[in-house]
Amino acid sequence: MKVGVLGLQGDVSEHLEALEKLGAKGAWVKDLASLAEAEALIIPGGESTTIGRLLEESWLFEMVQQRAKGGMPIFGTCAGLILLAKEAGEQARQTGQRLLGLMDMEVDRNAFGRQRESFEQPIEINGLGQFPGVFIRAPAIRKVFGKCEALAQLDGRIIAARQGKLLATAFHPELTGDLRLHRYFLEQVY
Amino acid sequence: MEVGTSRLKEGFAKMQKGGVIMDVVTPEEAKIAEKAGAVAVMALHAVPADIRKAGGVARMADPAIIEKITKAVTIPVMAKCRIGHIAEAQVLQSIGVDMVDESEVLTPADDAHIDKSKFTIPFVCGARNLGEALRRINEGAAMIRTKGEPGTGDVVEAVRHMRTMNTQLAELAKAKGNRVFLKKKAEEFKVPLELVEKTAGMGRLPVVNFAAGGIATPADAALMMQLGSDGIFVGSGIFKSSSPEKYAKAIVEATRHYDQPDVVLKVSKGLGEAMKGIDTKALLPEQKMQERSR
Repeated sequence: MKVGVLGLQGDVSEHLEALEKLGAKGAWVKDLASLAEAEALIIPGGESTTIGRLLEESWLFEMVQQRAKGGMPIFGTCAGLILLAKEAGEQARQTGQRLLGLMDMEVDRNAFGRQRESFEQPIEINGLGQFPGVFIRAPAIRKVFGKCEALAQLDGRIIAARQGKLLATAFHPELTGDLRLHRYFLEQVY
Repeated sequence: MEVGTSRLKEGFAKMQKGGVIMDVVTPEEAKIAEKAGAVAVMALHAVPADIRKAGGVARMADPAIIEKITKAVTIPVMAKCRIGHIAEAQVLQSIGVDMVDESEVLTPADDAHIDKSKFTIPFVCGARNLGEALRRINEGAAMIRTKGEPGTGDVVEAVRHMRTMNTQLAELAKAKGNRVFLKKKAEEFKVPLELVEKTAGMGRLPVVNFAAGGIATPADAALMMQLGSDGIFVGSGIFKSSSPEKYAKAIVEATRHYDQPDVVLKVSKGLGEAMKGIDTKALLPEQKMQERSR
């Protein structure tokens, strides 16, 4: 199977390395042709406003939505989580940010503060157990509704969720060397 | 819960990869940058071209301006402190700036650099070669950028610094496992052997490496990306051009699609005047900001 990593901006190579370690075929996606070849997609960490803008400019925005509706599995980390959400609160309104709107969840950008407040903290993920949480100017899921299901919480905030073939985390498994979430995406979600 | 770990600092820099960080002096400029797709803004009291023109002692920007800029945008805000000026860096950390640029654009306050490992927030530092880069990383820098020659709009120095770094990195990678050679390099660079070995093993800098100093056009950005930069800092190039919005957007797109000449062509059309700039060969050694640290 060929797993694309949306390579418009952000920590793309870290996800590609994780895929390689799992023996999966990773590919850099930055245009329609490379998206067409991908069977699943990872949206990496980065700046969600920048990635969103580049998605629109490279005509990928609608195509990612279409593929997701056709059943393509997507895994979003941090900025990827924001882009997958239906709603992203005040900060998204302020910047006029367009979201892919694929998961039934409302998120807060920079929910834990600025970089000074970025933190590492072991977390508990349903079905996976303890996992090293790396939160960098991280968002949080304010609430899930419809078919979206919370997978992990921290101090009353949801930090990971799944909806069918869509998976999202507020933290960065790709920075930890722990491959269990990527494996979960490849084996369970896929 | 842990804050300020190297993983968090270097991780923050990784989130900037493939992006453009733009110098801004007002909240309005910061909003233009955010809208154009900047991954972060660098808050300053004046862009390098104006700092160069004004002369005198260049210091950290007025904290009131930096605070206003942090409130105006949702993307990360960086700010510059003088080389070695621990107190300015502490003030920037207190404001809540997301990354400090310990920068040769400002007038140095010390011959030694800041011990950056003592801070919670990450630092970026300039380097002209591998030795400078590894010394800054050893002091705790989470990100490196070329020094280039700031405020000139002349890309030649940034190219020189990136090419020098690439040549030296290739030399290290080739000597991977050759302890005698790497030990000699560690002594030459004045850094621990472990850091040199790690770098040789990776075949690249162990932290994110951006291009900075003289990048003025979309094609300049594409050039630096082709030389292996992880992303781009644009100082005076945007807000000293005749149409900042267009320039900002064009440089963001050229940075992403640096390997597609047709995209760089498309975004380069009809941009109006680039910043006028200064040929770096016309500068006297004492006018060069890159000479301010080693």
